[in-house]
Amino acid sequence: MTILQFFLWSLLKVAVVTVVMLLGVAYTVLLERKLVGRIQNRWGPSRVGPFGLLQPLVDGAKSFLKEDIIPTGVYRPLYLLAPILSLGCALISIGVVPFGEPVTVAGSPHLFQVSDVNIGLLVILGITSIGVYGIALAGWSSNSKYSLLGSLRSSAQMISYELALGLSLVGVVMRAGTLNLRLIVEQQSKFGIASWNIFGGMQFVAFFIYLTAAYAETNRSPFDLPEAESELTGGYHTEYSSMKFAMFFMAEYANMITVGCVATLLFLGGWTSPFGDLIPPPQNFLAHALFPICWFVLKVFCFLFLYVWVRGTLPRFRYDQLMNFGWRWLMPLAMLNIVATSLWLAYR
Amino acid sequence: MHLILFFIFAGLCLAGAINMLLQSHPIASALSLIVVMTSLAVLYLLLGAEFLAAAQIIVYAGAIMVLFTFVVMLLNAGREERTQGSRVASLVGFPAVAVILALIATVILHVQGLGTASLSQGITSTEELSVVLFTKLLLPFEVTSVLILIAILGAVALARRGHGDQVVSVPQKKTEGR
Repeated sequence: MTILQFFLWSLLKVAVVTVVMLLGVAYTVLLERKLVGRIQNRWGPSRVGPFGLLQPLVDGAKSFLKEDIIPTGVYRPLYLLAPILSLGCALISIGVVPFGEPVTVAGSPHLFQVSDVNIGLLVILGITSIGVYGIALAGWSSNSKYSLLGSLRSSAQMISYELALGLSLVGVVMRAGTLNLRLIVEQQSKFGIASWNIFGGMQFVAFFIYLTAAYAETNRSPFDLPEAESELTGGYHTEYSSMKFAMFFMAEYANMITVGCVATLLFLGGWTSPFGDLIPPPQNFLAHALFPICWFVLKVFCFLFLYVWVRGTLPRFRYDQLMNFGWRWLMPLAMLNIVATSLWLAYR
Repeated sequence: MHLILFFIFAGLCLAGAINMLLQSHPIASALSLIVVMTSLAVLYLLLGAEFLAAAQIIVYAGAIMVLFTFVVMLLNAGREERTQGSRVASLVGFPAVAVILALIATVILHVQGLGTASLSQGITSTEELSVVLFTKLLLPFEVTSVLILIAILGAVALARRGHGDQVVSVPQKKTEGR
C-alpha cells in the first residue's frame, strides 16, 4: 500500500467514523430523553417526525441558531479553547476502536478500524486523561463561581476515578497479554459468551469497577456533581451558550459511546457473537463483514441503555461519599482484583 | 516523514518551553508545560518507544499537570510579580544556564559507548520493554518504587503535622500512578 493510498483510506475512514459518531451522539440524546421519559411515566419527545425521530436534527439546528454570548469577564483564549479540547478529545479516542472483524478490502487491512495500534488501550486512557483539561479550563476561564466549583469538582473526581478505571483494566490486560484492542477481542472469540472476559475470564469485579469509574469519568449520574443543577446551576458550562454549550454536550455523549465501546471490547467480546463457534461464520463476504458490526452495535447499545437506566433510577451522590467510595472502596477492590487475577493466572 | 515530524514537534517543544518561562500567569505556564510534555511524547513515539510515549501522556500530561492546574485554580494564583531580585536573577541566570548546557553538551559528546538511537528504527513493543524491566532492571525498578512510596509517606506526614491541609496531601498521592 502506497503512502497516498494509506492517506486516502485513512481520510475516508476518519470521515465515516466521525459522521457515524456524531449521528450516534445525536441519537443517544434522543434515546436518553425517550427512556427517561418512559421511566418517569411520560412520553418524551414525540412531535418532530415519527416517534420524535427527527428531534436531534431540530435540536442541532436550534443550537446553531441561538445567540452566542461571550460574557465580558472571561479569559478569551482559554474560554474558546475549552469546548474544542473537550469535543476533540472525545472524538479522537474512537480512532483506535475496532468495530468489526479485520476485513481486507482493496489493500486496506483493517476496514473497520481507523488505526490498529499496539497500545490501543493506553491511547484511549491517555486521550481521556487529556480531556479533563477541557472541563477544567472551561470552569476557570469562565470567571464565575459556579463554573469554577463545577470544574474543580470535575477535575478532582476525574483524577480520583481514573486510577480505579486504569487498575480495573489491568486484569483484562494480564489475561490477554497485550494492549492491542483487536487482539484482546480475538482472544475472547473462541467459545462465545463463555470466553468473554466478564464471564469466562472471571473479571466481573473488574467490570463493576470499570462501570462505576466510567460513570464518574464521564460525569454522568449518579456522579454528575460537576453539573449538579440544584447547587451549581450548570457547573462548568454555566457561562457557555449556543454551539459552544452544544460542543460540551456532544463531548459528554461521545465519551459515553467511547466508554461503551471500550467496555464492549474488553469485557463483552467486542464484535464476536455470543454463540462463538457454535454457529459457523457466514460464508458470504458481505454477511461475514457486517454481522460482527451488528453484534458490536448491539452491545454498545445495551451499555448505553444501562447508562440511561442508571440515570433514571439512582439519586446523586454527595461529594464526600463520592470521594470515599472512589478511594476507600473502588481502588482497593481494583488492586485486590489484580492480585487475585495474577494468582489465578500463575497457579491454574 | 519522520524527520519532518521530528522538526515540527521539536520546534513545538522548544516553543512551549520558552513560552512557559516568558508567561507571567501560572495557568499559561502550566499549559505550555503540557504542550512540552505532549510533544516530548511524540518524539518518544518517533524513536519507537510507544509505551514510553503513552506513559508520558497518561502520567505527566494527564495526571501530574492536571494536579498542577488544579492547585493553581484552587488557590486562584495571580500573576507573577517582578522584584529587584528577579532582574538580578535573569542577569546571572541566562549566562549560567548557557554555561551549564555547554558543559553538559561537551561531556555527552565526548563520552564513548552511550548507545545510539535514530528515528524510524522500528518499534520496541511493550512486551520487550517489560521483560527488560522485570528481569535485568528489576532492582533499580523496585528501588525507584520504594523511593516514590517514601516520598508519598513523607508528604502525607508533613501535611498532617500542620492543620492537615488537604490540598497538599491529595496531589502527592497521585505519584502512585507512575
